[in-house]
Amino acid sequence: MAATIIQLQGIATRFGSHQVHEQLCLEVKAGERLALVGGSGCGKSVLLSEIALLREPDAGEIQLFGQAVSQLDTQGLKQVRKKIGMMFQQGALFSSLTVLENIMLPLAEHQRLSKGLLEELAMLKLRMTGLPDHAAWKYPQELSGGMLKRAAVARALALDPALLLLDEPTAGLDPAGASAFDELLLTLHATLDLTLILVTHDLDSLWRVTDQVAYLGEKRVLAKLPMGALAQHEHAEIAHYFANTRAQRAAIKLEA
Amino acid sequence: MIDQSSFIRQQGQTLCLCGDWSTAQLGALEDFVRQSSALKPEIADLQRLDSNGALVLYRWLGASALDLSGLTASQVQLLQLVVETAQGEPPQPTPPLGFLAAIGKHSLVNLVHGQQLLTFLGRISLLLLSLCASPRQLKLRLCLDVVQKDGVQAVPIISLLAFLLGAVIAFQAGLQLATYGANVFIVELVSLTMLRELSPLICAIIVAGRSGSAYAAQLATMQMNQEIQALRSLGQDPYVWLILPKLLGLLCVLPLLTVLSMLTGLGGGMLVASVQLELSPYEFLQRLGQEVDVIHVWVGLIKAPVFAFIIVMVGCMQGLLAKGGAEEVGRRTTRSVVQAIFLVIILDALFSILFSHLGW
Repeated sequence: MAATIIQLQGIATRFGSHQVHEQLCLEVKAGERLALVGGSGCGKSVLLSEIALLREPDAGEIQLFGQAVSQLDTQGLKQVRKKIGMMFQQGALFSSLTVLENIMLPLAEHQRLSKGLLEELAMLKLRMTGLPDHAAWKYPQELSGGMLKRAAVARALALDPALLLLDEPTAGLDPAGASAFDELLLTLHATLDLTLILVTHDLDSLWRVTDQVAYLGEKRVLAKLPMGALAQHEHAEIAHYFANTRAQRAAIKLEA
Repeated sequence: MIDQSSFIRQQGQTLCLCGDWSTAQLGALEDFVRQSSALKPEIADLQRLDSNGALVLYRWLGASALDLSGLTASQVQLLQLVVETAQGEPPQPTPPLGFLAAIGKHSLVNLVHGQQLLTFLGRISLLLLSLCASPRQLKLRLCLDVVQKDGVQAVPIISLLAFLLGAVIAFQAGLQLATYGANVFIVELVSLTMLRELSPLICAIIVAGRSGSAYAAQLATMQMNQEIQALRSLGQDPYVWLILPKLLGLLCVLPLLTVLSMLTGLGGGMLVASVQLELSPYEFLQRLGQEVDVIHVWVGLIKAPVFAFIIVMVGCMQGLLAKGGAEEVGRRTTRSVVQAIFLVIILDALFSILFSHLGW
């Protein structure tokens, strides 16, 4: 049995008087490929940023890699953050640095390494994410949307994290690009010993990439099941979410 | 000496790789690999290997020299992936331009900027003309917004600074004048410097810093968010929405601010004159009316619209030229302030020469 690497208990999140999460619990095992789904505004991205330690929940406890986050000091938090890679929705690459420099930045700050090794490590990540070599010295604003997302993954992978968080990885990509990106995630998961958590609305990726899907509704996790079981779930909200024609079309296509 | 026990072990004659070959040890691993001579180490009990560690291993030993027997299946897979991926040299960045090429590039860029400036001026003039024909296309609300934000809200800072400026001039000049017993001349001194030169200048400088920079940052950010293209795609002229209201608003407001700063500047001078030089406000105002011609007010006021034009033009030009990322917004904003103040002071000097020739 794989170890539990994320344990959320009784999480509550409020924006002013607006309650987003209440008594939310979620458990993720090492090696899982988990997707967070739910209607717009149900707090998927907020939950993701809470897991990434970018936002503190208003109540509840987060355990990452077996450590309660609230007990950690600054140094401990830093160590935990290094084990987490996050890909932001728009990439969030630093626009004043080239792609290679973007990937080198976490490595260079991590430990004192020679410039040659830094560049080779960064190139390794760049190639692993399927970017062509000539993208290395380009600036983020010179890249297309698909390449930008790959570069963002490459930066998130720079320190070989155990946990990779992705916020809408395939949003805004063309179907071919999106399915190539799904393949990339599967390949990385298979070779790099990663746990994936993605927020997505893309049903193709839900079927293709994930082995568990957590549905967020009514301010908590309504169900966490493999995609096939979740699509058949009886809960009214979940059934409604998957009941539209687009969802069924994706399911039919996959069966065929 | 670095602690190597966590990833290397000496067993008799052979060197054993063990323990942790992962990112957490990267610095120590590299140092060790650099110092160690060519060996044929064995792998025993390698608990953690990740892609960064695998690359260091590959760089050290090459693909062939490594005995894979001690690795788990997934570690072998990872190592093979790394070896495959790491083939080939990383591409070199494009070298910087040579001296001549750099000169050429800069000249071209400046030529293009000059052309853009002329286009900008041309479009603004045409717009102003068409505005006379059909005044309805003016966005009055946006103009009033500029009046509010860049005019009314600048009143406190401009009054305070002009007041202090007037007081400082009166104080410094008063020290000199008192030694000659020429106390009354403080009136001419303060009023001429404030009315003709300093009031328009201080207003233009504050407004360039407060508003010109805001214009540049706003337009640069909008440019990057494609908001300007969005306006265009909706059949709207971005100049009508974004530049004309700023221009007209500031053209109205900067002369008014200049008048305000003239008044508070004289107030500051008057206060110091009455405290330091025992010249009562009544005498001050009386002498002001008798000795100082009203032409000096006009000399100061005539500059204000010109300065307003420059501030809006430089701010908006810089904003529209921005492309790239966050850094560019900052650069354009800085540049807009520096260029605007530079041009304002140059023009002020030109005005001085012109007016002295005209005998005003």
